[in-house]
Amino acid sequence: MSIITSLTGKIIGIVFTILVIATINFILIHATPGDPAMVIAGQSGAADPKFIADIRAAYGLDQPFLIQLGTYIGKVLQFDLGYSYRQRADVSALILDRLGPTLLLTLSAFFVSLIGGVFFGALAGKRQGTWADLAISMVSLLLYATPVFWLGLMLVLVFSIQLGWVPAFGYASIRASSFGPWDYAMDVARHLILPVLTLAAIYMAVYTRLMRSSLIEVSHEDHVRTARAKGLNERQILSRHMLRNAAVPVVTFAGLQASALIGGSVVVETVFSWPGLGRLTYDAVTARDYPVLLGLFLIMSVLVIATNLLTDVLHRLIDPRVKGR
Amino acid sequence: MSEFFRTFLSRPAGIVGLVLLVIVCLMAVLAPLIYPGSPWDMAGMPFARPGEAGMLLGSDTLGRDIASGIVHGARVSILIGLASTLTALFIGVTLGCIAGYAGGMVDGAIVRFTEIFQTIPSFVLAILFVAILTPSIGTIILAIGLVSWPPLSRLTRAQVKTVTQREFVQAARCQGQSTLSIVLRHVLPNAVSPIIVAGSLTVAAAILIEAALSFMGLGDPNFMSWGYMVGAGRTVIRQAWWMSVFPGIAILLTVVAINLVGEALNDTLNPRISRA
Repeated sequence: MSIITSLTGKIIGIVFTILVIATINFILIHATPGDPAMVIAGQSGAADPKFIADIRAAYGLDQPFLIQLGTYIGKVLQFDLGYSYRQRADVSALILDRLGPTLLLTLSAFFVSLIGGVFFGALAGKRQGTWADLAISMVSLLLYATPVFWLGLMLVLVFSIQLGWVPAFGYASIRASSFGPWDYAMDVARHLILPVLTLAAIYMAVYTRLMRSSLIEVSHEDHVRTARAKGLNERQILSRHMLRNAAVPVVTFAGLQASALIGGSVVVETVFSWPGLGRLTYDAVTARDYPVLLGLFLIMSVLVIATNLLTDVLHRLIDPRVKGR
Repeated sequence: MSEFFRTFLSRPAGIVGLVLLVIVCLMAVLAPLIYPGSPWDMAGMPFARPGEAGMLLGSDTLGRDIASGIVHGARVSILIGLASTLTALFIGVTLGCIAGYAGGMVDGAIVRFTEIFQTIPSFVLAILFVAILTPSIGTIILAIGLVSWPPLSRLTRAQVKTVTQREFVQAARCQGQSTLSIVLRHVLPNAVSPIIVAGSLTVAAAILIEAALSFMGLGDPNFMSWGYMVGAGRTVIRQAWWMSVFPGIAILLTVVAINLVGEALNDTLNPRISRA
């Protein structure tokens, strides 16, 4: 029963969120000075009159406000996100095309930051007050204050331009189409390293600080003292009695960061010319391609919701007590 | 008050932050005196290395002085950081007060609304907002304020909820004071210190969002900003590292400074919940 009710609750929540986002989109379209049809078409003056007339008919722009809102939401729920006049393609097709690289980037960064944060946080917490703790805390303080795009550029400067270890931008080499499947995967992986490190670094800093204080808190608990009294060695105490407990708040918090992670991917993809949704966002901003921007906003929100569900699953895996809820 | 300063100044990290922050603010205020003339004007030859042609930090692709851009850029960062935080505080504190004090259905609705806003990718919403309403200082402040209020609202709600249960609030209610007067005169003043700390950290986050927006080409075209400078230097980073390195350091130091001050404020104002 509990799983079914929690699932229905989640689905209702998701639908409701999508409705709110569609409404924000709709309000923004109408808040612009000028003709909403022009916003849906792209920049003013770029579209021909017949196309504008088609949009006006399709979205019922001569109808009362609420009916227009209804029409818009109806279209969104059918995954009809409009047409990009500039790119001459359906917005939903453009977005689907770019979804893979973004998922690869954000999911890799999510796991790298989580694993790195738990590792460094545990290291710092375990050696509280030592130079290792101080160094880790200093670095995370600095990383936390670093603009993502600048960190990306600095990594390019050092690791691509100075040292030449990894490619500076792009998804795969130009010759990649002639590669076999294994070589192709390795090529993409080499291109993935810097973007993932950039995106992961800031969140790793946050999780490190959280994990550190969480571990210190757990180390004062009774069950840890019991384990120590039983004569377990420090390593066993850490791996079997402290890590899991201390990691729970970190994972919970990581789930809440999903929306920031997607936002960060926009900047990172811009820096590294990574052909995902973020790069599409940058191109759409530069071209003032509003239908694409509106569609991207919607899809990225859905991605955040999906990540929240994923963290829920992770949460259940590391903390069996959650199952009962 | 003197004890407040004594506690604050006993943290070395807080002093470092405060000194850095004072320097940045002085740069912002004195920019027209330090570098008279527009930071957009050509000051020397393009692609001058740091120290060359009389320009301390070099020049950019159009021969504009990087150092002048950094000093003038401080104005935009500080202005937008403060103004958008005030906007976020206004929205967040108002909603949080209403939710925490009213309770019941109203509380439930506001909490749900806040949760939805936390799900929405805030940076993407800010991009959308600024792009559609055309980039200007006003739209940027509004956009950042609009995406930064949810944590402040949650915090205010929690604070107001605990303070409302205290006896002096009940006493004020028994005296027949109006709700508005109770909230403004009795509840908020006793709930405010964590909100101040959170607000100071929001300034840092707002400066980072502003930098990212202008890096994406969504800055106000009339004002020089650090994010714009990094974005403009990005394409030539192979030939001219200094164009993107120095403005980035300016952002980094400013944000570190504000975070350090925020943490020191936290230790001073909320000694009980500060870290051991």
